[in-house]
Amino acid sequence: MSVDLSQFIPSFLEESFEGLELMESSLLDLEQGDDETINSIFRAAHSIKGGAGTFGFNNVTEFTHLVETLLDEMRDGRRKIEQDDVELLLDSVDCMRLLIESIRDETECETSKIIETSVLLEKTLAADGVEVSEAITINSSDTVESKTDDSSTWQISFIPEHHLVQTGNDPLLLFNALADVGEVTIVACAKDLPALNDIDAEEIYLSWNITLQSSAEEDDIKEVFEWVEDECELIITKEELSNGDLSIPELLTEPASLEEADSIVPTPTIEVPVQPTSSPSATNTDKPVSKAKTELGSIRVGVDKVDSLINLVGELVITQSMLSELGNDFDLSKVERLNSGLEQLLQNTKELQESVMRIRMLPISFAFNRFPRLVHDLSKKTGKEVELILKGEQTELDKTVMEQIGDPLVHLVRNAVDHGIESAEVRIANGKPKKGTIMLDAYHQGGSIVIEIKDDGGGIDREAVFNKALEKGIVDEKTVLTDAQTFDLLFEPGFSTAKEVSDISGRGVGMDVVKKNIQALGGRIQVISEPGKGSTFRVNLPLTLAILDGQLVQVGTETYIIPLITIVESLQPQKELINRVSGDMVLYRLREDNVPVIPIYQLFNIPCEFDNIENSLLVVVEADGQKIGLMVDDLLAQQQVVIKSLNDNYQQVDGISGATILGDGSVAMILDVPGIITMALAQAQLNQQNRSRLQPKITQSISEGVNS
Amino acid sequence: MDIQMLAEEVPVEGEYSLEGVDFITSGEQYLTFLLADEQYAVDILCVEEIRSWENPTRIPNSPCYIKGVINMRGIIVPIVDLRMKFNIGEAVYCETTVVIVLTVETEDKTRTIGFVVDAVSDVLNVEANEIKPAPVFGGCVPQSYLDGLVNVAEKVVTILNVKTLQAVEKHQIN
Amino acid sequence: MTKILVVDDSNSIRDMVSFTLKSAGYETVEAKDGQDGLNKAQGTAIDLVISDVNMPIMDGITLCQELRKLPSFKFTPILMLTTESSGDMKMRGKAAGATGWLVKPFNPEKLLATIKRVVR
Repeated sequence: MSVDLSQFIPSFLEESFEGLELMESSLLDLEQGDDETINSIFRAAHSIKGGAGTFGFNNVTEFTHLVETLLDEMRDGRRKIEQDDVELLLDSVDCMRLLIESIRDETECETSKIIETSVLLEKTLAADGVEVSEAITINSSDTVESKTDDSSTWQISFIPEHHLVQTGNDPLLLFNALADVGEVTIVACAKDLPALNDIDAEEIYLSWNITLQSSAEEDDIKEVFEWVEDECELIITKEELSNGDLSIPELLTEPASLEEADSIVPTPTIEVPVQPTSSPSATNTDKPVSKAKTELGSIRVGVDKVDSLINLVGELVITQSMLSELGNDFDLSKVERLNSGLEQLLQNTKELQESVMRIRMLPISFAFNRFPRLVHDLSKKTGKEVELILKGEQTELDKTVMEQIGDPLVHLVRNAVDHGIESAEVRIANGKPKKGTIMLDAYHQGGSIVIEIKDDGGGIDREAVFNKALEKGIVDEKTVLTDAQTFDLLFEPGFSTAKEVSDISGRGVGMDVVKKNIQALGGRIQVISEPGKGSTFRVNLPLTLAILDGQLVQVGTETYIIPLITIVESLQPQKELINRVSGDMVLYRLREDNVPVIPIYQLFNIPCEFDNIENSLLVVVEADGQKIGLMVDDLLAQQQVVIKSLNDNYQQVDGISGATILGDGSVAMILDVPGIITMALAQAQLNQQNRSRLQPKITQSISEGVNS
Repeated sequence: MDIQMLAEEVPVEGEYSLEGVDFITSGEQYLTFLLADEQYAVDILCVEEIRSWENPTRIPNSPCYIKGVINMRGIIVPIVDLRMKFNIGEAVYCETTVVIVLTVETEDKTRTIGFVVDAVSDVLNVEANEIKPAPVFGGCVPQSYLDGLVNVAEKVVTILNVKTLQAVEKHQIN
Repeated sequence: MTKILVVDDSNSIRDMVSFTLKSAGYETVEAKDGQDGLNKAQGTAIDLVISDVNMPIMDGITLCQELRKLPSFKFTPILMLTTESSGDMKMRGKAAGATGWLVKPFNPEKLLATIKRVVR
């Protein structure tokens, strides 16, 4: 029977990636004499090697074997832990990762680095004159293969030591195994059996003579007894087929008279297929047993989360049947009970929803754990000493959000090391500690998660940013910008104030993509910086992608939803604070800001009741560092809504990020605030163009009038 | 008593046509509907549901014949008024106004769109050889939508291509 | 039904061994390290123990020693799953009371054939 283990490949790959992460973070933390850590690193490599071997991923097995050997020397104390070796091991982890990724993605692996590192590993090991044992790959002669020889007769004399069974071995079962090798005839010999009184039940006094008819090799036969070799006398002799008489060892002259003799003769006389199915990988060294396809990925969920889910569903079912019963025979006297039942239902659904959402939530440590290595490498590359502090690693967020926030965070951290932290000399000159600090922090705030990247570097040079923007024509000399607005310029495409474009952070292609990615997740990014002290990049993200906290608003006959995360303030505009500028742009004075007012009904072409701002409500929202005021007729409830895409059956709509189904079953559109700003700008520009097209005509007629 | 004659007299709505009392064994089936007094038909396998008209939620800045979206069992379904799209008759919304919800599966996607029509007629069983090609010129319905014509009694039924009906919606912006 | 205790800190190895055994009709109990294995071994009749050597908290060799101290495990076959087939490993295993060893990478068919030496 063939056992198909290919279903385990995805889980092996996943486990291997985790193991590699563990190896990496442990290597970064490794200190002299730290036994536990080096052991855990060894075990991780050992596991990966073992699993890879099982599936026939020989390139992984061979490479990992070298790594494991080095680690073994370290954990045994045969080798001191040198920094160079740690770096070599870190590079090895990278290689192993490449190899496993190529298996997962079913692509060819970039082998140059691997070969390089292999050579280095071998050199390091050889330097101590240590023999690197052969890695056991699935092609080794371990697997029992037999040549199609003619069957021979073997005589096996098996005399176990008395205490054999105390090792857990049982001769009868050994003979069963032997029966798989060929046809057996077994005769027991009881000559050493003591008197009944003297028999110790935990010892064996028997010995056996076995005749084996098999085409197997002597090694194969020996193998059956390999575990008991040291606890028995084993004589295996092959009989030459020619002579018919068998050389019978002495023991056989006293056949056993005990019952055992009969029962020992085993019944299986099947023709043994002595060639056990060696897995197909035995023939092609580099092809794995089967290809693993990792599709949408998986989530590991704690059993406790699943149990809580089951409980909640149970409660929901109870509530449902209670309500159903109420509904059967309903009359007005039962209204009280109906209400409380509905309350219960609300509670159940809320808890169930939270519970389900929590399943997709994982601690942000999964995203954070690449940073120690990154900072370590960057620190080496830039020659700056940088310490990384991680806080709030247990803060949970949605798995998909986490996967997508990884790259933007990497970019921000790279920036911090590259541009934020000053060189050691500059720091010392300014009375700062030589070592720069970068802190990654994550915490929940309201319905979102906040991730901060803080550095204690030199801060952002406002002038340099302004000048660069000037150069690019984004602003002109007269433009006055607040700090926040200045920093926002950093997110303009192609913006980079780095004097030399370092290859670490890229040619300024990064920041605008970072911002775009964050916005695509429904979040926003803020920059705070103090010259000489450092900068903080604060990223705000919704806890999940699928559910949104929204404010329902009424515009004409339509109900819209404004994401709560974007709302700064909602107010009833005061007449005195309304100003009109440049013709038809309406500004509202909100403390020191002049907030442009956008009439949604106009943008969306909806017939509206209140077409002037004095009679409407203003919802001030923020996006892209800009505040705008949305004019609505009325504020309705605040609620959590499930986001449904319009793309499935329709297409992208400007200004709308999605739709949702309200409690009454109707559909409501969710506003895309950045999109609305873009639309408003476009419309304003259009209006301006139209006006300027009209103007020359007016001046012309006036001048004509004047001249005539 | 001639069963055949009886069958022709009974107005059938949404039921299998009684043409021949046997079960339908060959050809394709189509759902016919009215736009003004013109008869049209679509492959019945694409018909997911027939709903009565309800006010949809408007989609901002969409063409006038796209009335908005409705909630159909949790799915957001756009509603297209065929009378407006093809400029046939008047787009009125009354008790007999009906929305035919069509679902089409393409290589990677499944799309569901609802189409507003004046009324639904019956189900036609049509053999492939009964479908005649539609005339190339004239008519307010563009050629790409037409799969052909079928004669039913003295009337003509225009068979519409569902994929085209759905696909064009995607590319139309303002 | 023959019950086999499978002890390995690698989820995938443990799953594979267990799967292989189950498909041959054996019943399995799983543990993720030596201590877990020791806990799970008590209170149930185990016919065979298959344990990895390198594990956190309690390694396979120690597990073997501890199991042998229990009266119910005096004669129970205990096999060490190891990637090393060196004489050193054999000695250590035997000294701890192990019955035998299985070499990784493991070939499922081989595994099933080999355990026949110690279970029915």
